[in-house]
Parts: sequence; C-alpha cells; structure tokens
Amino acid sequence: MATEVLTLGKALNTGLRRALDRDPKVVIMGEDVGKLGGVFRITDGLQKDFGENRVIDTPLAESGIIGTAVGLALRGYRPVCEIQFDGFVYPAYDQIVSQVAKMHYRSRGMVRLPIVIRIPFGGGIGAVEHHSESPEAYFAHTPGLKVVTCSNPADGHTMIQQAIASDDPIVFLEPKRRYWEKGEVDAEAEAYPLHSARVARPGTDVTVVAYGPMVRTALDAATAAAEDGRELEVIDLRSLSPLDLGPVHESVRRTGRCVVVHEAPSNVGLGAEIAARVTEECFYSLESPVLRVTGFNTPYPAARVEEEYLPDLDRVLDAVDRTYGW
Amino acid sequence: MARDDDTLVQLLTPDGERVDRAVGPDGVEYSVDLTDDEYRGFYRDLVTVRRLDAEATALQRQGELGIWASLLGQEAAQVGSGRALRPKDMVFPTYREHGVLYCRGIDPIMPLSLFRGVDQGAWDPHETRCGMYTIVIGAQTLHATGYAMGITMDGKVGGDDGEAAIAYFGDGATSQGDVNEAFIWSAVYTAPVVFFCQNNQYAISEPIERQTRVPLYQRAAGFGFPGVRVDGNDVLASYAVTRHALDHARSGQGPTLIEAFTYRMGAHTTSDDPSRYRPPAEAEAWRSRDPIARLAAFLRKQQIADDSFFAEVDEQAKAEAVHLRERVLAIPDPAPDSIFENVYPHGSPLLDGERARFNAYRQSFEGSAH
Repeated sequence: MATEVLTLGKALNTGLRRALDRDPKVVIMGEDVGKLGGVFRITDGLQKDFGENRVIDTPLAESGIIGTAVGLALRGYRPVCEIQFDGFVYPAYDQIVSQVAKMHYRSRGMVRLPIVIRIPFGGGIGAVEHHSESPEAYFAHTPGLKVVTCSNPADGHTMIQQAIASDDPIVFLEPKRRYWEKGEVDAEAEAYPLHSARVARPGTDVTVVAYGPMVRTALDAATAAAEDGRELEVIDLRSLSPLDLGPVHESVRRTGRCVVVHEAPSNVGLGAEIAARVTEECFYSLESPVLRVTGFNTPYPAARVEEEYLPDLDRVLDAVDRTYGW
Repeated sequence: MARDDDTLVQLLTPDGERVDRAVGPDGVEYSVDLTDDEYRGFYRDLVTVRRLDAEATALQRQGELGIWASLLGQEAAQVGSGRALRPKDMVFPTYREHGVLYCRGIDPIMPLSLFRGVDQGAWDPHETRCGMYTIVIGAQTLHATGYAMGITMDGKVGGDDGEAAIAYFGDGATSQGDVNEAFIWSAVYTAPVVFFCQNNQYAISEPIERQTRVPLYQRAAGFGFPGVRVDGNDVLASYAVTRHALDHARSGQGPTLIEAFTYRMGAHTTSDDPSRYRPPAEAEAWRSRDPIARLAAFLRKQQIADDSFFAEVDEQAKAEAVHLRERVLAIPDPAPDSIFENVYPHGSPLLDGERARFNAYRQSFEGSAH
C-alpha cells in the first residue's frame, strides 16, 4: 500500500489525518472545517473521527481564529488554522504578522508558536472576488514567519505533516486550482526537507523558477519547448521563506538564462527578490537579465477574464524566447 | 460619563469606611473577610507599586527609559485583581500592568528593561504564568481566550482545582475587533477567562465617550455572560470581584467582564500631555478617591496599622525603588549581533548569512580609526 494515486486535496487530507493521529496536541480549527469538511473538503471526515475538540468549527472571524490559536499554542497545542480563502486572510493579518511572527523573538526564544496557517491561494477556478488572490509576498516579507507551498500530491502529503511537526510558525499555501489534480503519493518515501527547492524537470537551456500552481504551467511549457528543441529546467521552490536558491543558482550557472513565474503581481513580489539574488550570485553566468512572468499589477480580475491575467504556457514560452534576445 | 454608584461594587468608601457587602449588577453579593495581616499586605503592595512606578517615571525624565506608561491611580485595580489570582492562573497583560506583574512575583526590572529598550519584555510566560506585554491594543484578549479553551480541552476546569486565564485591557481596547471576537469566542466555548478592563477614562486623549454609548460592563450581556462594574480605586472590591469571576471561570461557568472604574492620574505615557485634553478639575476630583489614602484611612480607623507601620512601608518601598534604579542603570546593552537571535526556533539560512556578513563588516573596523 506504499504508493497510492491521490488528488492533492485528498493527499492533504491524508497528511492532516496522519498528523492528528501522531500527536494528540494537534488541533485543526477554522470556519466549516468540521461537519462540512471545509469548503474544499480538505478536512473531510476528520471531525467525525477525531471529535470536536480536535477539529474545531469556529465562529466566523479570522483574527479570532489566529488569535485563539496563539493562546492554544501557549498552552501546548499545535493549532492548524484554515483560512477559507486567500482574500479573507487580511482580517487576521495583524495577529499573524504582529503576534505569531514575533513572539519567539520578543521572548528571546522562550515562547514557541508551532502554528500552521493553511490558505488555499491563487486563481483559475472561476471564483468571485476575494477568492483567488496570491498574498504570499506579504507573509514572506515578514521575519518570523516561514512560508511554503506545495505543487503536487506527494509534496502536499509530506509538507503538511512536516509543517505541523515544525516549531516554526508556517503559512502553508495550497494551490486551489490544483486540488483536483492527481499524483502518486508514497507514504513510506523518505521525506524531502521542508525548506528545500527541488528540480521538477532537469534541462540545460533555460532555468524556469516556479512554485505552487505555476509549477504545472512551467512543466507544460517545458514539454512544449522540448518539441522545439529547447530543454527547460523547472525548479519548484516549495519554500518561499526562507528561499532555497542554491539549486536555482546552480542551475542558472549552467543555463545562463532564468525566468521566474508566479501568479501574484510583479511589483515588489517574490520574482523581484529572486531576480535580484540570482543576479548577485550568477552575474557572470547570465546571458540575459532574469525575466518575470506574473499576474498583472491589478486587483484580481473577474472570472471571465482571469485567463488573461494568469501566466500560461504561452507567456512562459514567450519569456523564454526573450531571454535569447540579448 | 457620570459615575453610577448603584452599579459600582464598592467595599471601601473614599473616606475609608468599610462596606460590609455590595451587590453587583450581576446580582452577586460581594464581600471580603481578610486578616489584619492581609489588609496590611494590600497596603504594602499599593505603596510599593506606586513608588516603583514613580521611580520609573523619574528614570524616563532623566533619559534612562525611552518611554514609560505609568500606572498612577490604577494601583488598586491591579493589586486587587493580581492578588486574587492563583499560581496556576494565566495572565495576559497589556503594557501598563506593572502592578499585576509585581503580584505575579516578576522582577520589576523586567518592564523597565522593555521601556529602556534592552529587550522586548522577555520574562518567561510559562514560568511566571504571565504573558508578555502586548502593545497592539486588545490582541492579547484572543490569546487569553485560546489559552482558556486549552484549559477546557485539558480538563482543568469544572472544580475548585480548575485553572483560569485573565486578560487585561483598557477602555479604548473595547473598541477593537479582537476584543469583541474574544467575547464571542469565550462565550460560545464557555472558556474559563476573565476580561479585566481598567476603564481609566481615556485612550491616550480620547475620552470614554469616544469609545462607547453604554457603560462598558453592560456590553457583556450582549455576548451572553455577566458583566460587573467595580470601583477600581477600591482594592478590596477589585479583589473580591476578580476572585469571584476567576472562581466562576474555573468552575466551568465561563467568562466574566469586569469593568474596573478608575482613573489614570498621569499621562497615557511620558510622551503625551494630559493638560491638552483633560480639565484640571477632573483629576482633582479623582484625587479624593485615591486608592492608597482610603486604605490608609481604614487601617488607621480600625487600628490595624499605626504610624510606625506606615513609616516602615514607605522606607521599604523607597529602598526597593533605589535598588531598582541602581539595577536599571547597570543593565548592559545586548550584543549587536543578538538582533539575529531567536527569529525562528529552527533558524534560517538567510539570517545566518546576514549575521555572518554583519559580524565581518563590524570586525573590519577593529583597530581602524572607526
């Protein structure tokens, strides 16, 4: 039974179940996580099996979810908070950045807050506004928080368990448009370190850096590029804070070209940070500037035009072409 | 807002007369039965925390503290509630609870270290059973509520050996969303938490009329738990009301909102100027309700204490203050690269690199003209 084919949603559900099983101090809390199993059903069946004290349906108030999680963590619990959608995290933003992120520092290490904040993020599901945002840069900019995101079922399954086991407060971003994509999950496979990037597809010509929902897009672009004789190396960052740029630098030194892809707006986003650091480390290897393929610097648009907003295979390939223009 | 004496639980009048028992707006009859030693202990606490606070204010004026949030006038609310706590109860203070910290046995140098800027209030919340100061208004009420939910989940509630949490905040905080969320959460989960609001009449310069149209303790009814207003300048009533609310919580009956009706005699912090926003007559009127004077009057009338006792307490408080001053001046600054410590329990390669470059940069100046 070692290997199963699961959707990302089911892989996360299985990972949460294992975390609840392993440690009685783990509690899941959020709006609709109990009887309903979450609006995406990621916590499906968990309250039925672990009870109302382990899988807690909360009042509808995001700051309250995170603020009470701080208190539970002080009491020795390991809360896993679900924020229902990316665009609803902002009422909790103060508790996350002012309290969760700082308490270990302020207390000189005497207080640990092993809190995981799960947020389904990104677009591509045709939702109404506030349901398709990419807030990762806000959190990655905050010292004291760690930010990770999975791109496939195998990572979803292990990363959620690793995040819960970690004493670092972690913002765990789940690419909601990938919830229904299937992949192999090997429960007995050796766990890959949580804060490490990994090469999702090796290649020799251009390094494409992506994370979360854009990893699939980058891989599709690599498949298309291969038909034209170009080998793209796709790197899945997995961890957005800290960034593990070692594999990116190593790759760019070989390829000399780098394209960063994310759904969030480009302005002051993760792509800018990655471009700056790749430029610092790989200046003499670069054949062209690091390019970004991102969402536009607009609020997330209405569903009927979101395909125009989201980076797709063609925009990635276009950027790859442009790296040859210098 | 006019004081409504019908609703104010008071066990010691401003003239030092003992009120045998008082019925609160929650219908509970409040009283205390203390030994002479305990009465004297309350007096000693009040005088000591006022004297330490005065020393801190003086240290700020001399440039030794960056800022200070004085508790002057609020000693009774803090000592009364602080002494009602049991060792296992957990405190979630805001940033003016120096008197509560004193009752928790926390070295008074700890809050001064925070305001001096050598640390960020790093006393051990687990060991002291007292959280760190919270400067973002009202955020800690949710922490207290979550902690109290944990008490329930641990099965440490429902009997006399139960535990409780207490959250301190001011009148301004009641306008915050977090405080209202904490009220909702604690009510729906019957969390063993006491909300202790020191209504000192001002949020910096904004009077209570800018925060509410109803007496604050009445808000509790809308959330579904008892609210009680106590004379916050009466240490005995503050003690009795808090003790009852904590017992109520630890026995599994859920939260209580206590509004300690008091007055901040000084500025919000040493950075503001109350003469710009408060009429002088107002502070004068409150001076006649001073918490220390009224307990002293009671002790004298009852012959519980004499001149030599009062002189001895003053001397002891002064000695503690002098000792505190000496120690504050001797606190060393932290090492420069300590800024990189404890950002993450499990560390971060980004910070490791920054710290190494920072230290190398600093060392590059060694032996140079810099």
